[in-house]
Amino acid sequence: MTRRVLLIEDEPHIAEAIRYLLVRDGWAVASHGEGRSALEVIRREAPDVVVLDVILPGRSGYEILEELRADPDLTSLPVLVLSARGQSSDRALAEGAGASRFIAKPFANAEILAALRQMAGA
Amino acid sequence: MARSALTGTRVRERRLRIGMKQADLARAVAISPAYLNLIEHNRRRVGPELLTALSEALGVEETTLAEGAESALFEGLREAAAGSASGTPEAAAELDRIEEFVGRFPGWAGLLADRQARIGTLERTVEALSERMAHDPFLSASLHEVVSAVTSVRSTAAILAESEDIAPDWRERFHRNIFADSIRLSDAAAALVAYLDASQESETGLSSPQEEVEAWLARTHYHLAGLERAHPTPAESLVSGVADLASGAARKLALAHIARYRADALALPLEPFLRALAEDGPDPAALARRTGVGLAAVFRRLATLPEGAGPPVGLVICDASGTLTFRRPAPGFTLPRHGAACPLWPLYEALARPTVPIRAPVEMAGRVPVRFLTYAYSEPRHPGGFDGPQVVEALMLILPASGARTGAERPIGSSCRICPRGACVARREPSILAESG
Repeated sequence: MTRRVLLIEDEPHIAEAIRYLLVRDGWAVASHGEGRSALEVIRREAPDVVVLDVILPGRSGYEILEELRADPDLTSLPVLVLSARGQSSDRALAEGAGASRFIAKPFANAEILAALRQMAGA
Repeated sequence: MARSALTGTRVRERRLRIGMKQADLARAVAISPAYLNLIEHNRRRVGPELLTALSEALGVEETTLAEGAESALFEGLREAAAGSASGTPEAAAELDRIEEFVGRFPGWAGLLADRQARIGTLERTVEALSERMAHDPFLSASLHEVVSAVTSVRSTAAILAESEDIAPDWRERFHRNIFADSIRLSDAAAALVAYLDASQESETGLSSPQEEVEAWLARTHYHLAGLERAHPTPAESLVSGVADLASGAARKLALAHIARYRADALALPLEPFLRALAEDGPDPAALARRTGVGLAAVFRRLATLPEGAGPPVGLVICDASGTLTFRRPAPGFTLPRHGAACPLWPLYEALARPTVPIRAPVEMAGRVPVRFLTYAYSEPRHPGGFDGPQVVEALMLILPASGARTGAERPIGSSCRICPRGACVARREPSILAESG
């Protein structure tokens, strides 16, 4: 069965590169570039995994993540947080908000692929 | 071995420096040369009377012989030991022999203490820079631009380098992306370099007396409890020995702030003001009406309440040139660290319309726009009397917005350089950020 990932990233060129990688790896990719309506899109798309940027227009990734974890239907949804700030305090912040994995930008493509495969149980 | 035991070493060093024979010194202080020899090798302690005699004979202060110039050296070595990661019992034993170490290897001891002092300076610089990184909106936005562009370039370039079977249209698209991101990266880097060059930062990372004062006020949460009492803490005591107020200019600014704070506290005593705040809410006009005190003082009072006693407010004050002279940030309301702020701030509207109170909801631009309610007001003063110039000061109080977005919010930013509002009619220079509508 095709694994589905929802990519929430507002930087179009980063989103394009990740989308290309994932499609080539056999994933069905949906993407969204804004924070305010991100939760609605997550509920609508019902992905297997979410890739979530932290700094988004309208709403931060952490706010989205906290609300997502408060929803019983989404509490166990695997979420990979991408952040331009990679210090240990940022990692702790992401984990505190409910991130399943945390990867700092800039990242290696192989790192993203390996993390998502592992999160989706592939 | 006590530190005073090294008095003998100092006696010997001083005697040799001035070319005095041991026998001559012994005679001058009425002791035997053999006893002086024991003293000079730290095998006999020097009593107070003998110390006086030795200091007179050698032409130095008693304290120089008793304590020497090594006080700082000892402190430096103790700091080095305290800073050691080992913390082992062996290190503690070595610390007990610090005086012996200094006595036997003064050169190495001095070198070690110098290195420790240098480490301390560098650590303070790193701390100041880290603080700056966390709170400087321009730096933060610039670095985010750089990281985003680098991420895109790295990921896309890796796809191109590692994929042999990439379709021509994708290859072309990725080339375009890399080209665009390389331009973005070079623009962001150039802006960053220009900014860092312009900041003329000192080694401490705090570039101006105003920033020193702001660091001090931030540490006090802008509330100076000592000034709220009937018998206030003396102003000098509040600024004396404060690490943040390193320069004389900063202490002078801090004293001016304290004088104004005290005047406001006398005009609006804390307890009655808090009661009025509880009844009227943070409406400056209502508080000014009830207390009979001017709006400017009410603004300042609202920004200096004890932590948690009122809503989270921000306050900015500027002079007639528009230069920000006081900055208390409100959460989410980004204040520029250097240079001019957004010309659309109600603060500047108030500056152009002295004594006219302005109430304006605003929306601060950003990846996550945040709404605020602002109150702005300016008042002219004539401190030089009829023949002196008019001095105008404008203030803007920044409160969190309540209720839903109405659409009447004035779109504002922090400063043009980090504002993404591309279509802004008041823009005075290009932004380093990708533009939004």
